[in-house]
Amino acid sequence: MANREQSERSAASQKREEQVVDIAAATAIRTNELDALLDEIDGVLETNAEEFVRSYVQKGGE
Amino acid sequence: MGIETEYGITLPGFSEANPTTLSTHIVQGYARAVLDEALWRTRWDYYTEMPLRDARGFDLSMADADPSMLTNAEGEFANIVLTNGARLYVDHAHPEYSAPETVSPRDAALYDAAGVRIMERAAAAVGPFGDRHSIQLYKNNTDNKGASYGTHENFLVQRAVPFSDLIAYLTPFFITRQLFTGSGRVGLGQIGDTPGYQLTQRADYFEAEVGLETTMRRPIINTRDEPHADPAQWRRLHVITGDANVSQFATWLKMGTLATVLSMIENGIELPRFEIEDPVIEMRAVSHDTRMQRGIRLVGGSTVTALDVQRAYIAAAQTALTDNTDAETRDIVREWALVIEDLAVDPARCADRLDWVAKRQLLDGYRVREQLPWDAPRLQLIDLQYSDVREGKGLGNLMTARGSLRRLFTDAEIERAMAEPPRETRAYFRGQVIRRYPKQIAAASWDSVVFDLPGSTSLSRVPILDPLRGTAELTESLFEDSPTAARLLDNLTK
Repeated sequence: MANREQSERSAASQKREEQVVDIAAATAIRTNELDALLDEIDGVLETNAEEFVRSYVQKGGE
Repeated sequence: MGIETEYGITLPGFSEANPTTLSTHIVQGYARAVLDEALWRTRWDYYTEMPLRDARGFDLSMADADPSMLTNAEGEFANIVLTNGARLYVDHAHPEYSAPETVSPRDAALYDAAGVRIMERAAAAVGPFGDRHSIQLYKNNTDNKGASYGTHENFLVQRAVPFSDLIAYLTPFFITRQLFTGSGRVGLGQIGDTPGYQLTQRADYFEAEVGLETTMRRPIINTRDEPHADPAQWRRLHVITGDANVSQFATWLKMGTLATVLSMIENGIELPRFEIEDPVIEMRAVSHDTRMQRGIRLVGGSTVTALDVQRAYIAAAQTALTDNTDAETRDIVREWALVIEDLAVDPARCADRLDWVAKRQLLDGYRVREQLPWDAPRLQLIDLQYSDVREGKGLGNLMTARGSLRRLFTDAEIERAMAEPPRETRAYFRGQVIRRYPKQIAAASWDSVVFDLPGSTSLSRVPILDPLRGTAELTESLFEDSPTAARLLDNLTK
């Protein structure tokens, strides 16, 4: 009985560990994707951010 | 339903450029690129007097006298009707694309996406000014320096619905739908002087609960009521609280959820009642609370989170589903619930659907990689460039192209929507006459087309007052039998 509880517990904890690994892997994939995206964006961002943002002035509309 | 969008406009390196003149170039540039020469200066028909009289002999000088025409810098009519049934014109200091009327939220989002591509094409058609840059256009709603410009949703609503019901049920809905309609904004306050990030572009510019204005003291519920349809049957709900969305999904969800809520109100379905103590304060507070934990204060002192308000509306919508509910409404209710539950668990789950989350992901990436504070110009640039209309330049467009943001439409569908009208409304009639009889169109508007027939001394005005007539189903064969505008008019009066 005790043994069975123990093995159930260890199975459960193993499952939890697997989930943790899964989440870490998923996060790593997301991070890699994001890195690739940021690299792509680096290539298209307007140069001189400060000047560009400052000179973007609109009149109201609607 | 349909969305009108004013685009931000700039000529980099030449900040002295007059925005009205630039906007005129955009409209004229597109007209010259895609329309028959006869249509480059099509008049917008401002003759909206009710009831409809036979307007044969309509005098165009009336349109000339409209003071709104005087806003145009060069005295030209930068105001055209496109073959897809849309209106492209200069509104104050912005180019505006008013999408053709559609019946489904999906079509509304499709024709909105077509508008972005039309703006991109227009700027390309104008080209660079000498050795200077080309005009750049942004699908956003603020310059972060105090100016805000609108993205307005329009819905026909049964006149029989008391306006007080719309105010009561839509105010809490508009305040809390910011959770998924927001496009994200770097900076808090009207001039963005408090560093930080918020859900929406627009929230900080609302200063009243209900009102007619759209440019000053902006109200959460706008009372403008030009139905462009039979006013005894319809009112037009003019919604000014929304952001310009880049995400096709967010645009669809924004239109779909409001369509669902309006249909529940029209059908007298029981909706939750949240009496918010100070809607203007809560509008901003919800937008500023990216953790979505804040309690909205209700009359009587209790509080409720924005997520819970949305859950209550969703529950009502789920209860209202019947065997007869159409497939798209089912999709909307399902996706709406998914988004709200994903947001509640972790907003990052919505990075593939919602603009504020997708943009936030980019910003966080840069913040972490380069240790940037919220007021770093580079983050402000990412905020701005997210909405650049160009395919290769707009960050939101890039994310859509690489599949990081969920796509609803293929390029071919968008391309078709740029040229062809929706089939289920009068926009079909409007678009078809523009395409088929360009040389005989004197003017057009939402609810009329004015023909100038060869050999005729007067103009002929065809009213299209009912938005659900003039559809492909009703007029397709009529057009096939009408090789000329004269034949069309003959066939119409038979």
